[in-house]
Amino acid sequence: MRALTIKNLSKTYKQGNQALKGIDLVVEAGEFYALLGPNGAGKTTAIGIISSLVNKSGGEVEIFGHSIDTDLEAAKSCLGLVPQEINLNLWDTVGNIVSNQAGYYGLGGEVARRRVEKYLRAVQLWDRRNDISRTLSGGMKRRLMIARALVHEPRLLILDEPTAGVDIEIRRSMWDYLRKINAAGTTIILTTHYLEEAESLCRRIAIIDEGKIIEDAKMSTVLRKLQREVFVLSLDHQLSEVPRLDGFQTWLRDDCELEVEKGPDRDLNDLFEQLSAKGIKVVSLRNKTNRLEELFMRIVENKHNAAENVA
Amino acid sequence: MNVALNLVAVRTIIRKEMIRVLRIWVQTIVPPAITMTLYFIIFGNLIGRRIGSMGGFDYMQYIAPGLIMMSVITTSYGNVVSSFFGAKFSRHIEEMLISPMSNATIIVGHVSGGVLRGLLVGLVVTVVALFFTRLEVAHPLIMISIVLLSSIVFSLAGFINAVFAKKFDDISIVPTFVLTPLTYLGGVFYSISMLPEFWQNVSRANPILYMVNAFRYGILGTSDISIGHAYVILVVFVVLLFSACVWLMRKGIGIRE
Repeated sequence: MRALTIKNLSKTYKQGNQALKGIDLVVEAGEFYALLGPNGAGKTTAIGIISSLVNKSGGEVEIFGHSIDTDLEAAKSCLGLVPQEINLNLWDTVGNIVSNQAGYYGLGGEVARRRVEKYLRAVQLWDRRNDISRTLSGGMKRRLMIARALVHEPRLLILDEPTAGVDIEIRRSMWDYLRKINAAGTTIILTTHYLEEAESLCRRIAIIDEGKIIEDAKMSTVLRKLQREVFVLSLDHQLSEVPRLDGFQTWLRDDCELEVEKGPDRDLNDLFEQLSAKGIKVVSLRNKTNRLEELFMRIVENKHNAAENVA
Repeated sequence: MNVALNLVAVRTIIRKEMIRVLRIWVQTIVPPAITMTLYFIIFGNLIGRRIGSMGGFDYMQYIAPGLIMMSVITTSYGNVVSSFFGAKFSRHIEEMLISPMSNATIIVGHVSGGVLRGLLVGLVVTVVALFFTRLEVAHPLIMISIVLLSSIVFSLAGFINAVFAKKFDDISIVPTFVLTPLTYLGGVFYSISMLPEFWQNVSRANPILYMVNAFRYGILGTSDISIGHAYVILVVFVVLLFSACVWLMRKGIGIRE
């Protein structure tokens, strides 16, 4: 079953800015989907149209088979949204904000009370339920928006940069929680600037740039496109000179850390064999940069270079 | 349309509005009471003693219904315009826009909030009026229906103002330059029979005149205009303004990009 189907979606703002140029996208039910793109690429516009906060110029959107043109109420019932910008009622209490949202989806009485408690506890804000929302920290406000989006238990949850400004400990616990609700059946679409977050959570990825989808595939397929990777190796002793390794480029980061660039025709076993032959012991190994970040930059840059060449 | 969902949703908006009104009661309930007390003291007591009677009633009695209606009208309008524009400004209106409740539910919820606050303030002003004069209700059903319809009309007008408003200045322009002059010229303090015929006819183009006079008829049993006309005008305004609100919401004017 398809959670989201987008066909030829376009949006031109009044000022003439063409934010979306006929995008197509399919998100299957149960997916954890990353929608990535540079600032101004059209991600938030697409999300705005899906959640009916922005009027589209053309195209079709269906949420679990419900068209936003002909069956908007049913489409909206399936959707939960955590927007990019804080949009809380800053004069209302944490508890009321979530409880009101439940009411807007037709949940009242005991059901609403139980849901409010469940989701405020899940985002660790139950103890702050009587506080006015403006007194919360930035990270807490983001968590409150997640609880608000979940209170009606949507089948499709869209998270537009949900962990911006959230400290790493809470972010990790939010990742665990999002994995849990995804495993329980909620389809999730995530946009984020933390690409390690997308790589860690999502199984499928679309990259949008200048209003067009320029990549849409499984995360593993996309990552395989990464031709070159740079690894940082921590060594158990100091090196006085850079070791020459056949088929690899090497340079010293400092005397106990070696950087190695690996091409597509080489593997790590080969690297370790050569290092062992030279008596170099490796204590640990890590990617120099996040793989998805590297790939994202290359895809976007390649596209821009191609556009410049055409021009 | 899912009726059960929309009933819960409208109840939620009303509850949210009333919590807001009661939480800041010093700003929402007290100021109209103080303003109207000053009106009663200055216009009713000090100046009114020199005027004597009007329309067969003591001047204080004569202006009391108009002052009550004036407070209901301005409060209903102000509540909806400030609440809905506030939601737009801080973007928590999106909570409602992404939910499956209908546009009509959003309108009815906010208008109900405006009406409830308007009636609450009207009640407080009536209690204040009773310290200064004696009021016996001549036609209770007319009084209640007129105050209710008038409050709905101005709540709907406030909603439209909020939809178009882009900055806080925009929510005070209509009350300052349209609502207040029309209210003062709407027969709150005088009977239009005192005016030359030309100005009487001009006054008849002011819808607030019908509301004030019909309400005065409900309380005192006297009016400058036909009560039937007042009902027709009020019902027409309710239908037109509600339709305009639904159309604006459907088009997303001032709300959706």
